[in-house]
Amino acid sequence: MKTIESDRMKRLVRNILTTRPDEIGCEECLAQMDRFVEMELEGKDPAKAMPLVQDHLNRCRDCHEEFRALLTALRGLNDA
Amino acid sequence: MTQRTNEEWLSVLTRPGPGRDDALRDLRARLVRGLGYAMVDRPDVTAAHIEGFVQEALVKILDNLESFRGDSRFTTWAQKIAVHQAFDELRRKRWENVSLDELIEQYEGDFTPSVLDDPDPSPEQRVTQRTMLETVRRLINEELTERQRRAMRGVVLAGMSTAEVARRMDTNRNALYKLMHDARQRLKQRMEAEGISLEEALAAFEEERR
Repeated sequence: MKTIESDRMKRLVRNILTTRPDEIGCEECLAQMDRFVEMELEGKDPAKAMPLVQDHLNRCRDCHEEFRALLTALRGLNDA
Repeated sequence: MTQRTNEEWLSVLTRPGPGRDDALRDLRARLVRGLGYAMVDRPDVTAAHIEGFVQEALVKILDNLESFRGDSRFTTWAQKIAVHQAFDELRRKRWENVSLDELIEQYEGDFTPSVLDDPDPSPEQRVTQRTMLETVRRLINEELTERQRRAMRGVVLAGMSTAEVARRMDTNRNALYKLMHDARQRLKQRMEAEGISLEEALAAFEEERR
């Protein structure tokens, strides 16, 4: 329990120190997420092409969760 | 499933008739299969839940066809909406009956973590971390609005979903993210104003290698 608290606090400090003025919000991240995921599946480098989306995914648990789920869904469908 | 281009999807879904029914059936089946993969490690999510998520998602997809920007395949865009719908409902269920006030009560007062228990490598790093954490705690109390502190306690310390904290604060996830972004910017500016080297501070907080 204590370790979790401490990890969260450290994560917050890292999050503060790396704050950038041009961060996008959840709406813009979600708007670009489909393209981002397709690039990932195509073996391209979406983090490089869409750095603000990657930055948001690193900071926002809800968006990251949806990103992972979308990636898993499409991988499953593509492999079927 | 019939292969369709983005233009074909849009055209067939906006025109009533048997073609639309076929397309909807194909789309529904694909979204259900996709969510099935996405929820494979969620034993609490049943096939009936998935059908329900997709039903709700289809309504939103049809209502928002004009917002499809064509940056991806239509089916990827639709799957994104289905995933969003599913997680929105799952988060609501996960946190239902949980009061934000009660949850953050244990963090009321300050942001003091139990960092001293950490098995961190060097004593120097530990000292830097402790000093940093004390500074951040002080600045959070001095510089942030009550609303910003509340959002941070809920999301960062209590670990509640941003969407669910937002719901309890009568706002939405996007606005809550921006509220916390403003808070982080304020804290970062104050740290710089106090002469803290952000590079050195960040080095002390690099994620431990696993």
